Amino acid sequence: MTSAAPDHAPKYAQLSLPDRIGKAMPLLLVPLLVVFGFLSIGSTSSWLTLTVSGLAMGMMIFIMASGLTLVFGLMDVINFGHGAFISVGAYVGISALLALESWTGVPSLLLNVAAVLAAVIAAMCVTGALGWGFERVIVRPVYGAHLKQILVTVGGLIVIEQMIHVLWGPDEIYLTRPETLKGAVTFAGAAIEKYRLLAVVFGLALFVAMRLVLKRTKIGLIVRAGVQNGEMVEALGYHLRLVFIGVFIAGSALAGLGGVMWGLYQEVITAGMGEEMMILVFIVVIIGGLGSVEGAFIGALLVGLLQNYIAFLEPKLALISNIALMTAILMWRPQGMMPVVKAK
Amino acid sequence: MLTNLISDDRPRSLILTGLLLGILFCLALAPFLFPGVRSLETAARICIFIVLVASYDLLLGYSGIVSFAHTMFFGLGAYGVALASVHMGRGYDALIVGTVSGAVASALLALLIGLFSLRVRAIFFAMITLAVASAVAVLVSQLSGLTGGEDGLNYSIPRELTPAFKLGSLFGVSITGKLLNYYLVFFASLALFLLLLRIVNSPFGRVLQAIRENDFRAEAIGYRVVFYRTLATCLSAAVAAIAGSLFAIWLRYVGPDTTLSFEIMLDILLMVVIGGMGTMYGAVIGATIFVLAQNYLQNLMGVASGATEGLPLIPQLLDPDRWLLWLGVLFILSVYFFPTGIVGRLRSED
Repeated sequence: MTSAAPDHAPKYAQLSLPDRIGKAMPLLLVPLLVVFGFLSIGSTSSWLTLTVSGLAMGMMIFIMASGLTLVFGLMDVINFGHGAFISVGAYVGISALLALESWTGVPSLLLNVAAVLAAVIAAMCVTGALGWGFERVIVRPVYGAHLKQILVTVGGLIVIEQMIHVLWGPDEIYLTRPETLKGAVTFAGAAIEKYRLLAVVFGLALFVAMRLVLKRTKIGLIVRAGVQNGEMVEALGYHLRLVFIGVFIAGSALAGLGGVMWGLYQEVITAGMGEEMMILVFIVVIIGGLGSVEGAFIGALLVGLLQNYIAFLEPKLALISNIALMTAILMWRPQGMMPVVKAK
Repeated sequence: MLTNLISDDRPRSLILTGLLLGILFCLALAPFLFPGVRSLETAARICIFIVLVASYDLLLGYSGIVSFAHTMFFGLGAYGVALASVHMGRGYDALIVGTVSGAVASALLALLIGLFSLRVRAIFFAMITLAVASAVAVLVSQLSGLTGGEDGLNYSIPRELTPAFKLGSLFGVSITGKLLNYYLVFFASLALFLLLLRIVNSPFGRVLQAIRENDFRAEAIGYRVVFYRTLATCLSAAVAAIAGSLFAIWLRYVGPDTTLSFEIMLDILLMVVIGGMGTMYGAVIGATIFVLAQNYLQNLMGVASGATEGLPLIPQLLDPDRWLLWLGVLFILSVYFFPTGIVGRLRSED
């Protein structure tokens, strides 16, 4: 008796090597850039200093960008006012630090960390609340209309920025870091600022935490599913609007956190700083792929590293290095490195 | 004849017609109606901004594309004239070469940006133009050897266009080169405006509106959406550059603050929204009201701020430097409540 079904032995062919490399390419870009930096700079100590400061800058940009890309992915809302949260966060946080001068002025690690924590919490609370108000007043009425969204969020950006001028005065504020965060440590002949190391560690921890929340918790599952197919998630009975508001608030709070960190990094804050950072944040979100947290992380590191390397190698080119990076990546992948959101 | 000139795009409202004719009349006879240096400055500024805002409306109102690089194109035109005048010396040839090269460079740059971003999705365009425009603004202020940096460039234009050139007087107003310069600006602006009116009322303009309403459907009917959007971007960039050239010829000075700053971009956005998106006449009304308010209302704010001195917070809110705050509020409110702007309001009343 012969078997009714024809013989068939399915063969699961593995992707060819070039295809696999192509898939993993975005992940390889950062190490490649670091190696490229090492080869072109030549001196180990300057390379180390530049790499750490590039990573620190990238981490801070990532913190500011992560909220924006999720908000876009979830609700197709593009928030040009995101930069205002960065400025507000910086002003609130730095004001808190200045008020806690008795804690920051003494070389005690415990008091210094407490002061920075207090500043960060104050900044995140204020920007989170501001984000909630912003969503209700500015974004909600124009939900679904891109053109109006861009216009009103730009309007919101102007108003908030001007309110900073009204409340804190028009001049920039200079500050000094807490005592224990001043100075640098020497490692392999390279002087590395302590604060930059801290920023790298902190940013990395935040990225890991965010990934855990997104990949391992139920709320993270809903958020990721919502980014991919919102209608389906709603059909399954989840109230996506609430999730969205939560993400919007979290994203605003993260922008505030990024603002405090950036303020401590630059040691000066201006009301226009958010607007300036927004340019980098947009570049990061675009090259990462709209809606992708991992893409934004890689993009932010690329921007930070490249800017620091180029500024060392060819200072005049540093101004356009980001645009060049964006152009190159968009030529390679028009949707960004890891697009999550299907073209809507 | 007249309807041909305005491409059969009637104002469709009695009040609007009156306003437009009034603005045209005042601008045409500005040197005689409002003698004085300051009012002539204001009138020239209104003419140039009408063109600039109208060219932006071709993008925002007719094609539904948000660009933040319009000042960049404006600045390219202005710097084109400035650089040509500096390097080729005083003369009309320098003005023409500068204007043409500025316009061509703008159109090419717009083509490049458009191909990169409009191909994927329109929302990229807003973000990418913002990034590119800010990079160009930084570049211009850093490359001080070429562009004069933050100080900008001063240069001389043909003598017939400067106040030093005197021709006598008419109706008690002395006819100088400045007056000729004003009429150069006025007629060039009028011609450009009529050209834009022609463009948006052509079949090409119709397709743009169709794409704005539903790009998917327009593509399905057989129009290449990317092609139309990119062409609209290039056209609008070229016109903005010519407006910039006019501005440079009028001011005899260019600097990053007067041509490239983000504030001017916000001004343009406000003028389009307040006047009314999707209609060229909105640009006329918006630009006129805005420039007048900018020149005269700020003084009023200073007075109000002084009068409320002693009260908490209010003087700071009314400070003339906080002018942008109120513009922002006005901007948000008008996007919500008057999305069609003044022109749309007037039209719906009749």
